[in-house]
Amino acid sequence: MTGNPFLDALAWLVDPVHWSGPSGVPARTLEHLGYTVLGVLVAALIAIPVGLLVGHTGNGKGITVTVAGAARALPTLGLVTLFALLLGLGLTAPLLAFVVLAVPSLLAGAYSAVESADPATVDAARAQGMTEWQILAKVEIPLGMPLIIGGFRGATVQVVATAMLAAYVGNGGLGRYIFLGLGSQDYPLMIAGSLLVIALALVLDLVLLVTQRLTAPRGRLPAES
Amino acid sequence: MSWVLENVDVIAGYTGSHLLQALPPILVAFALSLPLAKLANARGWLRTGVTTTSGLLYAIPSLPLFVLLPGIVGTSVRSPLNIAIALSLYGLALMVPAASDAFRSVDRTVLSSATAQGYAAGARFLHVELPLAGPVLLAGVRVVAVSTISLVTVGGVLGVPSLGMLFVDGFRRGIIAEITAGVVLTAALALVTDGLLVLLGRLLMPWSRPTAGRRT
Repeated sequence: MTGNPFLDALAWLVDPVHWSGPSGVPARTLEHLGYTVLGVLVAALIAIPVGLLVGHTGNGKGITVTVAGAARALPTLGLVTLFALLLGLGLTAPLLAFVVLAVPSLLAGAYSAVESADPATVDAARAQGMTEWQILAKVEIPLGMPLIIGGFRGATVQVVATAMLAAYVGNGGLGRYIFLGLGSQDYPLMIAGSLLVIALALVLDLVLLVTQRLTAPRGRLPAES
Repeated sequence: MSWVLENVDVIAGYTGSHLLQALPPILVAFALSLPLAKLANARGWLRTGVTTTSGLLYAIPSLPLFVLLPGIVGTSVRSPLNIAIALSLYGLALMVPAASDAFRSVDRTVLSSATAQGYAAGARFLHVELPLAGPVLLAGVRVVAVSTISLVTVGGVLGVPSLGMLFVDGFRRGIIAEITAGVVLTAALALVTDGLLVLLGRLLMPWSRPTAGRRT
């Protein structure tokens, strides 16, 4: 104990005792990562096809934009606690919250990706005899890939943050350290937990940012998220 | 429902603290974003740097930021000021890129015409550039407002009073109505604020037709 909470937090982080076992940093990080990947993937299975379809056909455009906008107003903590009370403790409740919170970003990303394709380009593809499926798969999706990945970025940011609240309703993940520290008035432990979550969030965001740049079609500037 | 009726005063108190934590960050983010965006737009590399930094800042989950800030700026973990500072940072992370886009959306030749008509730099900014950037700025503020109002609730787990306390308390005591009330009120607060911003935009910018805004 040095009296400086940040130094104490670093001391906690480098202590090998905290790097093994089921409540060690690697295990908690994997749990957190697992929640995030699971949440985003389930949400993507729902949102990506719908977003692509809406973008391609133009049907349901208004509803999609409204849903994506209104979803920002939903408080994450409220959803997590509400689902936990309704569905009981366990992973189902937080997972449902992750999906609800990740869908809007993914939906908006997929929708705007398809919509951003130049109509002249799409018509040219149609004139060349491409079927609608081919247009979607070979023209609209590749051109809009950075925007689709942008949707994944937004969703991941949202779910990494919410996965921390999963610990609040009795699950694992890196949020455990923060709530453990909060309960025992151990500020350095809260800092250590926070630094770990921030590191994980930034690594995931950077990976997706790089993916976004790499998937941009050549000869076209990467779309901004 | 009866829980809500019996606890109207508690809810009103939390709503008040909620707004006190949410509104200043929205204003701060808007006011500071204008000079920062102008500065960033002056140089291409600066703009790239600012956009990237904003993106990464926004990627930091709110709870860890609420936890770290007190150690850095000397507030208490349970202080509403701590929440307000953190939310101002998020607001800036959203608003600076939006304002930068807004100013870039203004046609350069229009600005040159204004200069030719004798506008001094300050007046040109205030009477030409700012109003023309207005609709895109408004879209940015709307996103900041809605996300800030929703994020305030996370402070509840640290014991900072806001509508988020309804989630914490409702979860602890197993009262579904309390949590539902919190979700509905938070969303309502966000949507009403959003509506007021749209109205304000129509009053201040009667020439611009409302658009769906730039929601990313």
